[in-house]
This record gives sequence, structure tokens and C-alpha cells, in this order.
Amino acid sequence: MKARWIVLAVVVSLVLGSTAVLAAERNQTLIVGGGTWSQATSWNPLYPNCANGIRGLVYETLFAYSPLTNEHKPWLAESGGWISDNVYEVKLRRNIYFSDGQPLTAADVVFTYELARDNELTYTPLWRNLREVKAVDNYTVQFIFDSPNYQEWQIELYTRDILPKHIWENVPGEDLMVITNDDPVGSGPYKKLLAGPDRNVWVRDDNWWGNAVFGQPKPVEIVDMIIYENNVALGMLMQRTLDLSNYFIPGVPAIKDLYGLTTWYDGPPYMISANVAMLVLNSQRKPLDDAKFRRALAFAVNPEIIVERVFERMVPVSDSTGLFGGWTEYRDAQVAEEYGFWYDPDLAKQMLADAGYVDKNGDGWIDMPDGSPIDFEIIVPSGWTDWMESIRIIAEAFRAIGINANPAFPDAGLYDERIQTGDFDMCINNYGTGISGSPFSYWNWVANHNINRTHVTEGNYGRYDNQELFDLIYKFNQLPPLSDESLAVASEIQKILLVEMPAIPFWLNGMWAQSTSQYWTNWPTADNPVGYPCSWANNWQFGTVEMLINLQPAQ
Amino acid sequence: MGRYLSKKVLIYLITFFFAVTLNWAVPRFAPGDPISMLLSRFVVLEGGRDILESFFVKTFGLDQPLLQQYFGFWRSLFRGDLGISISQYPKPVLSIIRDAIIYDIIILVPAIVLSWIIGNKLGAFSGVSKKADNFLMPVFYFLTSSPYFWFALLVSYLLGIVLGIFPTSHAYSATMRPGWNLAFIADFFMHWFMPFLTLFLVQLGGWAIGMRNMIIYETNTNYAKYMESLGARERLIRRYGFRNGILPQVTGLAISLGTVVSGAVLTQMVFSYPGLGYLMVQAIKQNDYFLIQGCFLFLIIMVLLANFTVDIIYMFIDPRVRHSYSGEV
Repeated sequence: MKARWIVLAVVVSLVLGSTAVLAAERNQTLIVGGGTWSQATSWNPLYPNCANGIRGLVYETLFAYSPLTNEHKPWLAESGGWISDNVYEVKLRRNIYFSDGQPLTAADVVFTYELARDNELTYTPLWRNLREVKAVDNYTVQFIFDSPNYQEWQIELYTRDILPKHIWENVPGEDLMVITNDDPVGSGPYKKLLAGPDRNVWVRDDNWWGNAVFGQPKPVEIVDMIIYENNVALGMLMQRTLDLSNYFIPGVPAIKDLYGLTTWYDGPPYMISANVAMLVLNSQRKPLDDAKFRRALAFAVNPEIIVERVFERMVPVSDSTGLFGGWTEYRDAQVAEEYGFWYDPDLAKQMLADAGYVDKNGDGWIDMPDGSPIDFEIIVPSGWTDWMESIRIIAEAFRAIGINANPAFPDAGLYDERIQTGDFDMCINNYGTGISGSPFSYWNWVANHNINRTHVTEGNYGRYDNQELFDLIYKFNQLPPLSDESLAVASEIQKILLVEMPAIPFWLNGMWAQSTSQYWTNWPTADNPVGYPCSWANNWQFGTVEMLINLQPAQ
Repeated sequence: MGRYLSKKVLIYLITFFFAVTLNWAVPRFAPGDPISMLLSRFVVLEGGRDILESFFVKTFGLDQPLLQQYFGFWRSLFRGDLGISISQYPKPVLSIIRDAIIYDIIILVPAIVLSWIIGNKLGAFSGVSKKADNFLMPVFYFLTSSPYFWFALLVSYLLGIVLGIFPTSHAYSATMRPGWNLAFIADFFMHWFMPFLTLFLVQLGGWAIGMRNMIIYETNTNYAKYMESLGARERLIRRYGFRNGILPQVTGLAISLGTVVSGAVLTQMVFSYPGLGYLMVQAIKQNDYFLIQGCFLFLIIMVLLANFTVDIIYMFIDPRVRHSYSGEV
């Protein structure tokens, strides 16, 4: 008798429940993947590993930044600029509201920055030369510096999430990075709906202040799927259960037309460039401590082969200077011409011989001038198949000119440990070379000064030590963007990097993106640049929100 | 019987102690510092990483002497506190496991139990029927020896992409909201089916082959021949054979169920299905001390419990065990 009641209750609740499906329709839902790799555990914008989408969808920055045009687009700010050598003034837009209805004003901006002055947060280092952040009136904020890092500021402008003071002022200082902020209240176009072990779901905030300024994003919901393998992403694209994939999927050039996939460029290189993949040389080890030897290596490798064989032309070869996107404004063509490198194995051999590196014992491999043998190991993390294939090609190229080099594939964790502690000969790396609003971030990564420590985490894993270069990079940071002096210093930096060659830029990794048009059309492409098709963390303010605004539901 | 049990319990306690100690020590002495690994992937202002690093070191008490960390680990273990994950900071390890393990259970338990039951039946049938054997054995061997990754991709491609019957990934559709309603349950079932089916099939072959060989072996033993010469019916002999043949299968079943916690890593990768297995692999890759500890602790407990259960079950299904400890044999 009892069992029958239970069964009945279950059936009734199932039937009743079936009317309560509250999800958005498929044609109002945008499904993306490629930016989230594990279940979200924090929605706290002060913690850098917080849920993908927190910056851009929920919290917003003063400016957006377009890597395509290298422009800062006023976002929360209406305008901004240096009003004197050391004062940057921001005028905020009126009528910006947080999702709880409270207005966003100068007080929130001041609060956001003072939070890092009064507590230890990731952006506390700004206060090393920031003197004061002042609200002149409700919509005007002045940043007063002792000696501004102009270049870093270019990046800062689109990186800091502006927090609602009325909520965060109640969080005790020691909890600022600890709290999970499960119900994030931001000013952005979306709100958190749910987070499952295989997805994050965001729902549109129809009251978003930006509707009147930029237009309303079209997708009612954004479902960010966690996809473990790129072949799963490909399967989902085929099944049309994924609208935008930001995975590296081998074979896309061959199948894109067959399956109706959209990529940024219709032909090579298909993808927008996202960062520089470099061969980092450990300058603490012989003979890699010799600049002549390092430079000769650059001539030994034909990156075209890597681009062709490994990436099927989905990436371009890097410029000798490593500069791309907006950074090229600082590229010195004359320096690149004079000191750049190109594929010429005979020249590489000659350069090595001139520097005293020849085969002394007749075993076929080049030796040190004192006769001791040379052999190198090139490492990339195991399982990173594209990089694994790349270093096989690089090792082959080195062996072709008589340098005994071999690829090795330690586990990702071990790889990190080895590059950070300097326990390697050569490695491919790109951790800090992502496109940004200033080449400072690139140079300060490639030749970071902070190398006298057990774990090097700010770049320059090869521990290349050159105080002159460090000083130049520091000086560059302190010069107004595109000023004559900054261009001169930039040329100097490029020249030293090419002559000294602490790391060799070989190719530009892509911002992988493939989209399908079953449910959404008007995807941004090179011919129709209506946004930036990227769902990676901290990239939504690079124009992805604009993509959301410009998407059109398929008929 | 009391002697049997108390001896077993003691052995299990010692095993538990050493396993848990190893589990604590191995990640800490393995190369790779989880915090600098985590930090190197963050894009933050220069100097920001140092601030985060000291924050983490303090939060996780990694600046304390190792011995102190070890004792602290046991202390919190007895309080039921498994700590907080480093890679998935600030989520407690226990809630990570709790959220994920349900997916392993709903896939693996039915796959293991059903493949065990059906596999044993089919195997026993195959062992006594020559005709069926000729047909079934190649199938069993195909199932058990095909690499799972390849097999699952094949099934996924056929049923998912070519025929378009089942979705190829995830626990439920992107447009579904979890809820207690028919639409969701149907959707969930459709997503559950292929991960289940592939695991069921690959395990089926193994169980069946094991059982078939046991039956053939048992029907050729002296006791079977003796019964045969006494004129016992073939069915009876088979029944005795089955009772003997099932013993190693029961052990196998218990171990399989015990390792459910370690999940079906490959299934989760092929179908992007959530679960603990993949999390565990990630934890190991990132050397997340606390998450590794937590996952393996569960694994250790489950395997020990499974073994212990087998020990008890054996007393009932294998009279020889019972009698050897009560001194009758």
C-alpha cells in the first residue's frame, strides 16, 4: 500500500515537474567552449582563478580593448586621458547600474583601487607609484602617480573589474580573496545562473545599462561547456551542440567547408594570433650562455615547416622581433632588417664555426671550443601534441647543422617545475606572451629582471641576465605611449633581444575559434569584424561582448 | 569466526595506516610545486604573483615543518576535514568529491553490476555449449581486447554522429535545467546511455571469458568426473561448477566496485562526462596535494571495504574458508 503511494507521488511530481522547465530556447542560447577547464569554484573577481566570464560578463572594466585595432574602447568610462604628466583622469558614463539597481559612480572606482592599497591583492603593486585615487565628483576620477608606468597603465585600464562598494566594503580584509562570492553583483550584461560540474550558465540581464549605449546582447543564455578533449568539441560542432569552439582542433582547414565552420580568416592563417611561441634558451648553461651560439640557433630552424606540418597553416610564422598586433606600432623595421633572422642553415653553421664551435672529436656533432661535447634537451609538456611535434622538427633542424639536440616530454607539472627552477636546456613557452595593450608585457616577460630566486614565475625562464636591458624595459614602461623617446627605447630593446637572443620567437599561436551557423549567424570574421570570437577567461572585454551584441539568431 | 574477523580487521588497519601515509608523502616529495604551477598560468600585474604565493603558502600551511604538516593531516582527517583544494581553491576537497562522485556511481555501478551478471551467465552458457562458444568467444575477445578509447570513440561516432540517436557529450543538454521532471530525466538518460553502454560492453567480455574458462575447468575436475560416473545429471554438475567458478568473479566484482571512486577516466574524456576520475588525473598533473590525498583516501577506504566485504561473503559462499578458520578442516 505504502509503496503504491510512493510510486504515485513520484509519477505525479514528474508530470507536474515537466511543465516547469525554465531553460531558454535553443535558438536563444549561445553554447561556447574552450575557456573553462574545470568546475568553477569561485566567482570572486579578486581571485585570478575565478569563473571564466566573471570579467566581462558580470564585472566590467573602465575600458575594453580591441587587439584587432589596438584601441581602447571606453566602456564604464566615457573618456579618459593624461591631464598632466602624472595625473590620469577618467570620466565615467552616467546611468550605469549594478545588477542590484545601485548606481556605479566614482566612489566605486576609488573604492576598487583603495581596496588594493589597504590590503594585499594582486594589483597592490600598482600602489608602488600610485599616490592617490581621487573622486573629483560623482563621475570623475583622478589617478595621481608619483612616476607613472604609462605602459603598464595601458593594460591596467582594461583589466580591473570595478566592484560595487556597497557590497565589498562589508567584506573583512583577510577574506577578500577567500570568499567565493556565490551571488556576484556586477554591472555587466549577464548574471550567474548556475554552475555545474560540466558547465557554467550565464543569463542575460535585461536591465543592463549598456543596452542603451552599445545595444543588447542577443543570447538570452550563455552556456559555457567544459570539454576535456578537442575531438569532443569537434563532435559537438558536428552535432551543432556547440556554437563557438575555442579549441585547437587539428584538421580544421580540411573540414571547415564540409561541416560549415566559420573561422576568422577564410584561408591561412585562419585564426587571429594570440601569443608568441618561443624557444627559450637557458643562458645559465654552456654554451647557451654565449650570445653568438644562441643567435646562430635562430638561423638553423625553418619555422615554415612547423607552421605547415604541425599547424596546417592555422598559425603564422613570427616576426624576428616577436611583435604582432598592436605591438607592431613599436616595431623598428630597420632593426628588424639589420638584426633579424631567417632560415639559413649554412649561415648558422658558419656562425657557429666563427665562434669556435666545431666538431673536434670527429663524432659528427659540434663540440665546445675546449673540446667537450654539446648536447641539448628540448622540453614541452607531455600531451601538448602540437608543441611535441614542433620540437621534434626543431631538434631535427639542430641536428642537421651538427648540434646534438633531442626532444623530451615531461609531465606538465614537471615541465613547470623544471622551467621555473632553471633545470632545462631549451623549452617552448608562451605563458606570458599574450597580446596586450603594450609590448611592455611581452618584453618584461621575455627578459624579466626578477631571476635571482628558486622559482622564476614572471618569465625569463632562461635567466638571461642583462642589467642594461632590464633598465631599458623599466624605462620604456615609464615613457608615454608612442612618444619619440618610447619608440627609441623600444628600438634599443628590439636590437638587444635580436643580438643577444635569450629566446627565439618562432610562430604565433592562434586564438583558436570555430563557429557554426545553425543557431547564430553574423559571426565576427576578418571581413566582418563585429567583435572578437573568444570565450577564454579575461578575453571577454577584448570584444567578445561586442560579438554577443552583433550576433543574429539564424532564421 | 571471531578470530578470522579480528585478524582481518587488524591487517586492514595496518594497511590503511601505511596507505594513507604514502598517500600523504608521495605528492609532497614528487617534483612540481602546486602553487608556483598554478601561479605561472595567471596573468596578473608583476609582483601580484608574489602576493598570491605568500597568501597560498599561509593558507595551506606549507611553510610549516613537514612533520607538523603530517600530524596536522591526521588530526584533521579524524575530524573529517580533507582540506581545501589548491587547484580549485577555495573549494573544500570533500565537496569536490561529493559533487563529482555521483556521476561515477551512476555510470559505473550499473555498468559493472550488469556486465557482471550478464557476463557470467553468457560465459557459463558459452562454457557448456560448444555451438554458442564458437560464436560468442570471438565477440568476447573483441570486446575485452579493443582499446577502450578507440571503442568508445567508434560507438560515439556511430550512435552519436552517424545515426544521431544519442548526444556525444556531457551529462545533459545545454538548454536543460536540472530538475525533477520527465523532460530532464529523459534528456539525462540519453546522455547517460553511451558512457554506460561502452563501459558495460568492454567489461562484459572480460567477465564472460573468465566464467567460461572456470566452467570448462570445473567440469573437467575430478569431483565433476566422479559425479558424472555416479550418473549425476549434467545440470547438477554445472551448478556445482558455477558455484566454484563464481568465487574469483565475486572478488573481481568487489574490487571493481571498490575502485569506482577512481572513476572511468577514459569514459569521462571521450564523452566529456563529469566525474571524479578526470578530476583525479588533473589533481595529479597539478600536484594538488589535498585533492590527491582526498581522492586516494576514498579509494583506499573503498578498496579495503570491498576486500573486507569479500572476506565476509566468502565465509558464506565458500564453506572451505569458514571451516578452515573454525578448525574443522
